[in-house]
Amino acid sequence: MNRRRLVFCATSAALLATGPTFAAEPIKIGSFLSVTGPASFLGDPEKRTLELYVEKINAAGGVLGRKIELVIYDDGGDASNARTFATRLVESDKVVAVVGGTTTATSLAAIPVLEDARIPFISLAGGIEIVEPVKPFTFKTPHTDKMACEKIFDDVKKRGFSKVGMISSTAGFGASMRNQCLKVAPERGIQIVADERYAPGDTDTTPQLNKIKGSGAEVIVNADFGQGPAIVTRNVKQLGLEIPLYQSHGVASKSFIDLAGPAAEGVRLPAAAMLVAEQLPEGDPQKKVVLDYKTTYESTQKQPVSTFGGHAYDGLMLLVQAIQRAGSTDGVKVRDALRATKGFIGTGGVVNMSPTDHMGLDLSAFRMLEIRNGTWKLLY
Amino acid sequence: MAELVQLLFAGLTTGAVYALVALGFTLIFQASEVVNFAQGEFVMLGGMVTVFAFKAGLPLPLAAALAIAVAVTTGLLLHRLAIEPAKGATVVTLIIVTIGASILIRGLAQIVFDKQFHAFPAFTGDEPFRLLGAAILPQSLWVLGGAAAIVFGLWLFMERTLLGKAVRATAANRLAAELVGIDTRLVLALAFAVSAAIGAVGGILVTPITLTSYAVGTILALKGFAAAMLGGIGNPVGAVLGGLVLGLLEAFAAGWISSTYKDGVAFLVILLVLLAMPQGLLGRRAVERV
Repeated sequence: MNRRRLVFCATSAALLATGPTFAAEPIKIGSFLSVTGPASFLGDPEKRTLELYVEKINAAGGVLGRKIELVIYDDGGDASNARTFATRLVESDKVVAVVGGTTTATSLAAIPVLEDARIPFISLAGGIEIVEPVKPFTFKTPHTDKMACEKIFDDVKKRGFSKVGMISSTAGFGASMRNQCLKVAPERGIQIVADERYAPGDTDTTPQLNKIKGSGAEVIVNADFGQGPAIVTRNVKQLGLEIPLYQSHGVASKSFIDLAGPAAEGVRLPAAAMLVAEQLPEGDPQKKVVLDYKTTYESTQKQPVSTFGGHAYDGLMLLVQAIQRAGSTDGVKVRDALRATKGFIGTGGVVNMSPTDHMGLDLSAFRMLEIRNGTWKLLY
Repeated sequence: MAELVQLLFAGLTTGAVYALVALGFTLIFQASEVVNFAQGEFVMLGGMVTVFAFKAGLPLPLAAALAIAVAVTTGLLLHRLAIEPAKGATVVTLIIVTIGASILIRGLAQIVFDKQFHAFPAFTGDEPFRLLGAAILPQSLWVLGGAAAIVFGLWLFMERTLLGKAVRATAANRLAAELVGIDTRLVLALAFAVSAAIGAVGGILVTPITLTSYAVGTILALKGFAAAMLGGIGNPVGAVLGGLVLGLLEAFAAGWISSTYKDGVAFLVILLVLLAMPQGLLGRRAVERV
């Protein structure tokens, strides 16, 4: 069965008769996530996070004196399923807001439905197309590829370089990040001197890197996730290229260091604070939030925390606080409250929304890390 | 010069793997006219079983031996449980059976192992050596040497042993082979076992360079099949040649033309070759006897 509901509504219905605290109907929040399918490594921690925190919020008394009822559908990573489930959330479940959309494709498919119904939607996907151009009821929590490019390029400039050799995968994430990097490069004073590609599943990138070597590039930027970056990193070492290598936030997991081995030493990448929660300085505004989420998630779910679950945490908390500030569950009022979010501290960064910025993150949301002695080292 | 050598080794190393997969295709095709699309899964099993046995504490040679044993067993089971019962079915049906088997093996690997990428250390270190200005990994030599040894071993087996001759006889004319008392069922089982072993050895040799996961077999089967077609399906020498040519095409297309279109360039060349020589580079023209 696709449909999962927290049983809280049943128990709270029973409480209705006796308990004066929950005299009102539950607030229905909808979600469609890619819990199964190719994006399950994103969707699964998102679902666990939503269920975990809705339970915690209800245990603490709910929102506006009402319990939250969560309605989650699994779209399996399929965009047309996502659209169907968005319609169902609007028409039969009559939810007041939606926190979901694991991938950019599923989010984009659902946006027209939710915009038509004037229901606030907080997407958990990376694509910049979700909030650019701004749509009245659509928000998102994760950072974008474009920000990763900007963070990398700023660091490149800081080290006194300006000529970048790009090497990226032709598949979704790599292709999208490459396009964003090419776009923002001139604004950041960066010259792209090589733009090489490889196909997903390719096992050797020395021909491409050899071309970059001959292009006069001062640093290499690799846009991809999974197997590709590990191979590129090993190949850079094999060819004896002495120039700095940057990876994207797509490799921000321990398995990258294991796969790339000693070749990963000195590789830099932008990543969310979650990856280096313990290394954050005491005064860091995010430290408490990130550590709390990490401990809560790891102690209850018995699996390591991921940044993806963090996006769901941020989305849910943003929504709950907006409902509280709005004092209502009316779509337009909640949307206005979401837009007015200032200084919200989430796992992804400090969020300051505005009518023209429905993500609200700036470059400080990304931390620059370097791999040293087989582990992440927070640079700044 | 340095660039040429670099591209040459990149192409030959990738090509050697395609060649081993193509060789596996050829062996089974010769014995049965079945194109076994589960061939890539043997490469995957070779790599994945070695990774997990090695991580469990087995020494690398033992882990590799275990991986070959697992692949051979899988090959024999594939023959016994899927191909043998469908005897007499059309070739197309048998090919579909092998595609189904490959999906099953991949699914099982996903459950038994995991969905992550893995690697184990190179046999003789990761430090590249210099050859005419190009940086070459020692493991590349293992891949090339291993592939050459397999091809030579297979040639010896086919030419110099009675069993090998039985395989060739079956390939030449199955009915005639049966009439002179060759157990063609055994020959077919043998073809599956040897193909699986070759695939597994290929997987073991390349994993330190290319990494492995439960899903690497699909793309290898596709490229290996293209290589076998290019060389002329059914011809072992052609399979090896086809694999090496495909690897070189990819490397030089990426290095000299455009890395965005390297697969396109490689497949375009294959198409053109097959248009001019439909039987492949070394294949014999099929004669339909009436």
